[in-house]
Amino acid sequence: MVAANELIGGVLAKRPVAPTGVVGWITTIDHKRIGILYGVTAFIFFILGGIEAFLMRIQLASADSSLVSPEVYNQMFTMHGTTMIFLVVMPMGAAFFNFVIPLMIGARDVAFPRLNAFSYWTFLFGAILLNISFLTGGAPNVGWFGYSPLTDNIYSGGSGVDYWILGLQVLGVSSLAAAFNFIVTIVNMRAPGMSMMKLPVFAWMTLIVSFLLVLAFPVLTVAITLLLFDRLFGTTFFDVSAGANPLIWQHFFWAFGHPEVYILILPAMGIVSEVLPVFSKKPLFGYTVVVFSGVLIGFMGWGVWSHHMFTVGLGPIANSAFALITMFIAVPTGIKIFNWIATMWGGSIKFSTPMLFAIGFITMFIIGGLSGVMHAVAPSDTQQSDTYFIVAHLHYVLFGGSIFGLFAGIYYWWPKITGKMMSELLGKVQFWLFFIGMNITFFPMHFLGMDGMPRRIVTYAGESGWEFWNAFSTAGVFLIGLSIVVFIHNVIYTARNGKKAGNDPWDARTLEWSISSPPPEYNFVEIPTVKDKDAFWDEKYSQGPDGRPIPKVQGAAEVAVKEKEHNIHMPTPSYYPVLLSVGITLIAGGLVSHLSVSIIGGILALFAVYSWAFEPATAPDAPASSEKEGAY
Amino acid sequence: MAANTHPPEHHTSTGLNHRKLLMWTFLGSECLFFGTLIANHMINRNKAAFIHDLPPSCILDIPITSVSTFVLLMSSVAMVLGVAAAERADVKQMRIWILATAVLGIIFLLFQVYEFQAFVNEGLTIGTNLFGSTFFILTGFHGAHVTLGVIWLLSLLVTSYKRNDLLVGNPLNVDIAGLYWHFVDIVWIVIFTVVYLVGAIGLTCTEVGL
Repeated sequence: MVAANELIGGVLAKRPVAPTGVVGWITTIDHKRIGILYGVTAFIFFILGGIEAFLMRIQLASADSSLVSPEVYNQMFTMHGTTMIFLVVMPMGAAFFNFVIPLMIGARDVAFPRLNAFSYWTFLFGAILLNISFLTGGAPNVGWFGYSPLTDNIYSGGSGVDYWILGLQVLGVSSLAAAFNFIVTIVNMRAPGMSMMKLPVFAWMTLIVSFLLVLAFPVLTVAITLLLFDRLFGTTFFDVSAGANPLIWQHFFWAFGHPEVYILILPAMGIVSEVLPVFSKKPLFGYTVVVFSGVLIGFMGWGVWSHHMFTVGLGPIANSAFALITMFIAVPTGIKIFNWIATMWGGSIKFSTPMLFAIGFITMFIIGGLSGVMHAVAPSDTQQSDTYFIVAHLHYVLFGGSIFGLFAGIYYWWPKITGKMMSELLGKVQFWLFFIGMNITFFPMHFLGMDGMPRRIVTYAGESGWEFWNAFSTAGVFLIGLSIVVFIHNVIYTARNGKKAGNDPWDARTLEWSISSPPPEYNFVEIPTVKDKDAFWDEKYSQGPDGRPIPKVQGAAEVAVKEKEHNIHMPTPSYYPVLLSVGITLIAGGLVSHLSVSIIGGILALFAVYSWAFEPATAPDAPASSEKEGAY
Repeated sequence: MAANTHPPEHHTSTGLNHRKLLMWTFLGSECLFFGTLIANHMINRNKAAFIHDLPPSCILDIPITSVSTFVLLMSSVAMVLGVAAAERADVKQMRIWILATAVLGIIFLLFQVYEFQAFVNEGLTIGTNLFGSTFFILTGFHGAHVTLGVIWLLSLLVTSYKRNDLLVGNPLNVDIAGLYWHFVDIVWIVIFTVVYLVGAIGLTCTEVGL
């Protein structure tokens, strides 16, 4: 086997030792490049999911409209939800995990660089598998939580649901691999002196998210596997006529789905916890409390899933218990909000674009959080369930929360990623368009929901009186679209005219700002030693008697380290991660198309696994990294 | 620090090896995977239609499965001895015990094939009823894990002949396979207890005597 691999590997794929161009990107195992790949891909899917949303809003702008057929409309809301959750917010979070975490904790890369590349490619191919259903006779049209028995063969005959299942299955492999990687990286690769309670909050939130992924995703894996067996192999897991209880799908789905909600919001909370102190010139208020609130949310997130199911008739005892835990989970969340406000209190606040998005996050998340507490009250939720009130709530949390937090991260770390400052003016224009557009789009949905407009309807009668607010809401979408155009313009403008960022444009607090922008391939010439929280701030400032920071004079230490640049051996790029991703995706794709595709995929995956296992992490003939500074 | 970045075992913050920690987190994930499958079986097994007028749990043959459970338990003993031999760099013993583990795993799988065959002959397939669906998917996925473990062990065995340098002085490569193997074994103990033993409590399977 080994000899065969060496033979085939030697002929087919000589190891890419120092590749450039497209091959360089395909075989890269550099966490920074993988982070960029994640970010760009997620942004493209953000546009796609936005177009799906736009089509829905255009259809709903007027009563009795027939621009979009019901079939297409159902596909739109299913794919919009699935795309935004699995292909936008999660990978955009992963983009920051990848780019920032090793820099923040003073590491040269993640613990498993090739596994990291595998996560990205598997995500990309899973996303393509999910979306390819548009071309093969209809995308999934059962809602993003695919309630049984709607997903059975009888009600969903085509292959759309199969693509949905298999796409999610492949995406799950990607998420799990990434989560394992980041747990090991954060637990094991911290710079000397960086104890867990000196870890930046963003790294803490990444760790919690990774644990949630590790524990929540297998539940979804099992649920969709059961569904797949029902559809393809004649089992009866969700078949009522065989005595099954389709409610079990809902329990499994939400036992995954509610931790998933925290998987989506905690990265944004982590980003905001990094941005606020930098632009307030104050340390984060109550670091320990913020960290433990995050941990508590991670735990309690497991005990609230049935609040998605208050109307299915679980009975008063179950409903009361889940209502109580749901209300309790607002406590750690509220604590975080108060800590963020206290961080800004008395600080010298600078309203740069990242700060605006961070403050936008807090305000919008408070609104979404408050309607969340309303849903925790089971009797009140009975009125709101499956209405536009829910749509309003979830968009305030996911759009006003996650997306705002992620944009704060994009603006905050852009100088570090590209080495250039984004235009502040364009950034502020984008923020206000985004902020106003978002509120115009989603706030009226509260009124519509209270007035009884159900979600997921393709149209409504003119006499319902819902037309005004729907038209109003659709108008907001244009502002959001415009703001995205401004953002893209800002990106292009910055690439051409952006001024150089330097190492530390924001006078920031964490280690990623202590190195050049963009960072060299090996990140740190010498791994830093950490003495306290806000490790980089400590290097720059000491505390005066009045509590104000006093700049330290830069010592000779910086000059000295330049001499030691040699002998940094980074892991070598590899073909096998992407090959394994292709293999796994073909296995999944073959189950809906043709079994021979699965078999080819299986052989490919097997070849990739064995070649990978016997390939050393660093090729013996690879050059040391000292001369490849700042190269993507 | 800078000169010290490429020996095979990196310095880590916790002192735990990266790959071993990865395996532990993976096993944590597997707990939820099997936990969900087991829950699915427990929720559904009593909702299944009767076969030959008997509760479907009557089809389970506890004595025979006890034997296969014993075989799998013994494979874990062999695995422990294999890991210990790898740590002593005793290649000969290591090969013997890795082979023994794999063979015991294969015997367990043959028991499972026999069991599945017997159930199908009795009229219980994966599509028959909820008991069949939940039973076969749970034990089937466990069997798939054992199969993967056997392939892994046999790969280690072949490696020990072709690229001995990967194992001698690197007992971790055997150790991690051992962690996986023990986990799969422990999952079976839970399945045997919950599905076979607890499932038999209060059953009356006389009359036809399946």
